[in-house]
Amino acid sequence: MNAARKLAWGLMLAVCAISLAANWLAPAGYAKQFREAPSAPPSRQHLLGTDEIGRDRFARILYGTRISLLLAPAAALVSTALAALVGGLAGYLGGIWLRLARGFTDLFLSLPWLFLLITVRALLPLNVSPLVSVLITFLILGLLGWAASARVLSTSADALRNSDFVLQARASGVHGPRLFLVHVLPNLKPVLYAQFWISIPVFILSEANLGILGLGVAEPLPSWGSLLRELEGMISFREEPWRLVPLLLLIVVLTSFQTLLSNEEATA
Amino acid sequence: MSMKMKMTGRRSFFLRLLFSFALLLIALASGPAFSQNGTELRFCLHSEPKTFDPLLVDDDASLSIRYLTGGVLVRSNRHTQELEPELAESWNVSKDGKQIAFKLRHGIAFSDGTPFSSEDVAFTMQRLMDPALHSTTGDAFRSGSGAIGTKIIAPDQISIIFPAPIAGLERLFDQVAIMSAHSPKKEMAVLGPFMVVEYKAGSTVLLRRNPNYWKKDAQGRRLPYLDSVRLDVQSNRDVEMLRFKRGELDLINVIDSDYFDRLAASSPNLAHDAGPTLDSDFMWFNQVASAPIPDYKRAWFRDTNFRRAISQAINRDDLSRVVFNGHAQPAVGPVSPANKFWFNSKLKAEPYRPEAAKQRLQAGGFHLQNGALFDKDGHAVEFSIVTNAGNKSRERMAVMVQEDLGKLGIKVNIVTLDFPSLIERISQKFNYEAAMLGFRNVDLDPNSQMTIWLSTAEDHAWNPQQKSPETAWEAEIDRLMHTQASAADPKKRKESFDRVQEIVAEQAPIIYLVNQNALSAVSSAVEGASPGILHPQTFWNAERLTLNPTTRASR
Repeated sequence: MNAARKLAWGLMLAVCAISLAANWLAPAGYAKQFREAPSAPPSRQHLLGTDEIGRDRFARILYGTRISLLLAPAAALVSTALAALVGGLAGYLGGIWLRLARGFTDLFLSLPWLFLLITVRALLPLNVSPLVSVLITFLILGLLGWAASARVLSTSADALRNSDFVLQARASGVHGPRLFLVHVLPNLKPVLYAQFWISIPVFILSEANLGILGLGVAEPLPSWGSLLRELEGMISFREEPWRLVPLLLLIVVLTSFQTLLSNEEATA
Repeated sequence: MSMKMKMTGRRSFFLRLLFSFALLLIALASGPAFSQNGTELRFCLHSEPKTFDPLLVDDDASLSIRYLTGGVLVRSNRHTQELEPELAESWNVSKDGKQIAFKLRHGIAFSDGTPFSSEDVAFTMQRLMDPALHSTTGDAFRSGSGAIGTKIIAPDQISIIFPAPIAGLERLFDQVAIMSAHSPKKEMAVLGPFMVVEYKAGSTVLLRRNPNYWKKDAQGRRLPYLDSVRLDVQSNRDVEMLRFKRGELDLINVIDSDYFDRLAASSPNLAHDAGPTLDSDFMWFNQVASAPIPDYKRAWFRDTNFRRAISQAINRDDLSRVVFNGHAQPAVGPVSPANKFWFNSKLKAEPYRPEAAKQRLQAGGFHLQNGALFDKDGHAVEFSIVTNAGNKSRERMAVMVQEDLGKLGIKVNIVTLDFPSLIERISQKFNYEAAMLGFRNVDLDPNSQMTIWLSTAEDHAWNPQQKSPETAWEAEIDRLMHTQASAADPKKRKESFDRVQEIVAEQAPIIYLVNQNALSAVSSAVEGASPGILHPQTFWNAERLTLNPTTRASR
């Protein structure tokens, strides 16, 4: 394990540990409004100051990190599973199935994602709690984000279909689902892992994009997206540098992911 | 050789002198002009102007251009809110409110030199009211079925006859820029202080002073003082503020409270807070009978006590102080206190009284259980508030309302939607529970609010397009609104509309939250600016603005 990878693991673990300890580190919670101190600078009471309506920024970052870091991998899991199902199966079956799946994924990839997300978000029921809304947001991201991975997986599965060991398995009488589950899918694992890791930062950024548009996680629940919205209209970084902390955190986490990912890919 | 040169030089000198005299004579004959050579006022439009046709204006950018270029018969003074004569020296509205007669000024010409007369007024009115034009400005004059009539009495006198009475008729002419009936330049021939000389789509609109503008200052100098106005199309407010700070812009018409405070901290003389505007932010509950919401929720929303309790539980002072950094006032009702004549001064903003709210709810059968509020049938009180995504101040208000109502045990879910989805839900499908929006009121007269208050109207937010009023108080509002619209006497109109404001306060079909202040930025190089609350806040007196080039260069 090289130094960069160790550092990336260290940073990721530290971020996860601190966010999990949010209840102890920021007992005031993410929703409490200190209305007498809106947009306050850092102090002993509020380590990173308060937001525009007086909520403790440190608490919101901790809880927001917890949400984004927990749910982005969950969404990545959903999308990778769907990609494995569609891409893996299409590649394994080959022929018209492969052409159909590729056409379908191409069509899916050409859709204007942001508008689709906005439309799907608008169709959801209104009276859901913030927690349910955050689950729905990431589930939508997961359900809509499988196409790129599916394309990669279909190509890999197509290559495996004609490989020597699959031909040998066929010759030995292994067919159908058993061939796919026992011989093809395990050999797709490295690609699946890579796709899973790649998807996590993509979903973190997608949620952040939705949050910047005000369409992400419902208030008062924080997420990195809603925290990054605070940077809107910031003309000078020197005035309130503490407002940059969510952005720095996002950069640190995404860089760590990329560092770990490049190693995963190298291993794959 | 040298003698010849001398003679030639002397002749040349006399010729130049003669030429200068001729120029001076021409200048004197055309009236004294005072312009600041090379002075150009610069500010931003936040979107592309959709049209230069003054009768088709319905967007902010085109509205600003129309204000700067269009000549009107009467003008509502943006500071005093009084009506002042412009192209018309005087006017007279008939007792039945169906007819208005104008006496026009003499010797006025359009920017291209075409003379102005009553024919132009008749042409403008006929074109404005042409149904094929679909003019929103014209809609305000549509009082009843039938065409309008124009009667040219003399080149400087005209009467306009409407099929039905129009309340506050003369004020509507503030929005009607007179077009030339004969000029080949059509809408580009104008009577206002400036004229459009260059338009680069997506970039700039350049206005130059109208050499034929009729108005003069007290010293007899022809207005406007400025040579030109450069309007840059710039939708990004951050870039606009940066450019203003760098001295590249002279005005920002409307800025939000965050920017305002930052500017006020660094350059207090550039930031202007003109006080509360006519605009209001508010929320309301869905009372539509056919709306796809549970019956028990509809029953809450139709209960006056429930709505009043919600209103009492919202801390409007906190909304003004926290969300708008103090640059807003708790709203009283449909009319802002900034509307000097029409505001009902007997009314006060609903104070924050959570205990009174609890008592009201208890009286209505609601009860607290483990910190949550339940109705008499045991349903937990929970509803969603929809608002438009991207409007930060409104989203912040919704979060604060969420916390305020949480103290009563009410669970509020905030849903931010893109604007088209929001409009579809609140005006077509009625698939929402409560909504929070704002109303940008540009008209002082209550007639502009007819579409909100009449129970049959499409914009009757809480329960639109009723065949007949579903409640007694809505029937009373209908009656009062019709009464004020058909009365010619302003006092009688005000009595009726005062009562409408009182009913709205009693019934709270719309819960008014705040009236935002008019915040603007004006460069120290601009002299004569007096930012107001009405559009166009900073350049309403553009014809009298001057620029100090020394101050500008030093910025």
